[in-house]
Amino acid sequence: MRKRIVILGAGTGGTLVANRLRRLHPEDSAEIVVIDQDDEHVYQPGLLFLPFGPAEAGDLVRSRHGRLRRGVEFRQAPIDRVETGAQRVVLGDGRTVGYDVLVIATGAVLLPEETEGLTGPGWGEKVCTFYDLQGALALRAALARFAGGRLVVAVVDMPIKCPVAPLEFAFLADWHLRRRGLRERVELTYVTPLDAAFTRPVAAGALAGLLADKGVGLVTEFGTAAVDGPGGRLVSYDEREVGFDLAVVVPAHGGAAYVGRSPGLGDELNFVPVDRHTLQAAAAPDVFALGDAAGVPTSKAGSVAHFEGAAVVENVTRVLAGRPPAARFDGHANCFVETGHGKALLLDFNYDTEPLPGRYPWAAAGLPLLKQSRLNHLGKRAFPWLYWHALLPGRDLPGIGADMPVHGKKGR
Amino acid sequence: MATTTYAGRPVTLDDEGFFTDPGQWSEDMIPELAASAGLDRLTDRHREVIAFVRARYTAQGAAPAVRALSKSSGVPVKELYQLFPKGPAKTAARIAGVPKPRGCI
Repeated sequence: MRKRIVILGAGTGGTLVANRLRRLHPEDSAEIVVIDQDDEHVYQPGLLFLPFGPAEAGDLVRSRHGRLRRGVEFRQAPIDRVETGAQRVVLGDGRTVGYDVLVIATGAVLLPEETEGLTGPGWGEKVCTFYDLQGALALRAALARFAGGRLVVAVVDMPIKCPVAPLEFAFLADWHLRRRGLRERVELTYVTPLDAAFTRPVAAGALAGLLADKGVGLVTEFGTAAVDGPGGRLVSYDEREVGFDLAVVVPAHGGAAYVGRSPGLGDELNFVPVDRHTLQAAAAPDVFALGDAAGVPTSKAGSVAHFEGAAVVENVTRVLAGRPPAARFDGHANCFVETGHGKALLLDFNYDTEPLPGRYPWAAAGLPLLKQSRLNHLGKRAFPWLYWHALLPGRDLPGIGADMPVHGKKGR
Repeated sequence: MATTTYAGRPVTLDDEGFFTDPGQWSEDMIPELAASAGLDRLTDRHREVIAFVRARYTAQGAAPAVRALSKSSGVPVKELYQLFPKGPAKTAARIAGVPKPRGCI
């Protein structure tokens, strides 16, 4: 009998899983339906550069349906909830879509309204974010107007998408201000709720060193309770204050709202608890989650969604055949970190291994890890083409396997 | 790693003062653990949050970060900071004898 695979979300994870499953399963054996509330696929890594440069916002956006292979059905509809017991998805208009296997890939949403004052007076003018398209454009205008003073980059709470992005923003802001001859008139500060610059100790040391080199102040363990736009200050829960003339704030994140309306599916932040290796949902054996939507202890990043995709495709196939999931995701993440001046460093890690120095993905010829280089920067700049033309269609990238490579790394 | 004694029994702590083996913890250690975390007064509300963190860890294998702790326990973040001024998620996790919250990924 023909089975139906339903995939919620047509971003990085949902798109590449849909395309890989379509290639693997003949159309007469499995129907593949992808549901998303809109038809705009944003290349999110590009948002980081938008505030600094001439890049056109339109270049970052393509249609979602155009990224899906022939034979994948795309439905544009809001999702009301998932009923795992009845094996069906209820859409916003009350219609239902039944499934044999469900893949949740609806990502994370920004929740600026959860922080007192963040969306109040000054939002989009002196309090900005670059975590969505509209915000990044508003920030570009604010940065162009900025002629000196206190520039603060603040992370409200974890987890966030791409936890290195706010650090990269600080590095790029330093470089941008230097080129404009303004750097000496700017006090640049990085504010984080963590007890260090980054979540993983070895990388945190390297990144904190970079902040210091660039004269960026670091304020740690700052739980932002309120943003006072008119008064130009961030206030923490333990009543510390950081003053600003322009604040670049990464709002709190949560999973998609429908997850919260789906009995037993999500955690208190609406992320979907899954087995961290098989990515099978705790809620039901025929449900999987990947990408930012999944509650796994690694970074929320496109590379993670990509690497998780391999395990999800295999495990969905196994469950359809009545077998238990066996493919295991190892927590692999890799992140190009732009450090300004046309350079970048590269982090590569998984659940068990810290980001280490060395080379990736090949020991001799790969990109340098945990070290600034022009090659890494070029790698990051070349990535959008790979993203649209190889990663989303579900083709294998040369040398980039799902599991974290061990060769090429020092310190093991 | 360091070994120290609470309620007369040896426990192993990591470099940041979190239990490496939650099985070494018992409820009668709470007053001493609270004192060493710098809390001079332990109210029922403190105990409620500590018990919640412990239960959450037991059920899910991880202690919650502050926003998740607030949402799941129903205690507002502001109040959590009043109870544990030096960081609610970490302080409560230390006293509850569980590893450092991994919400900070």
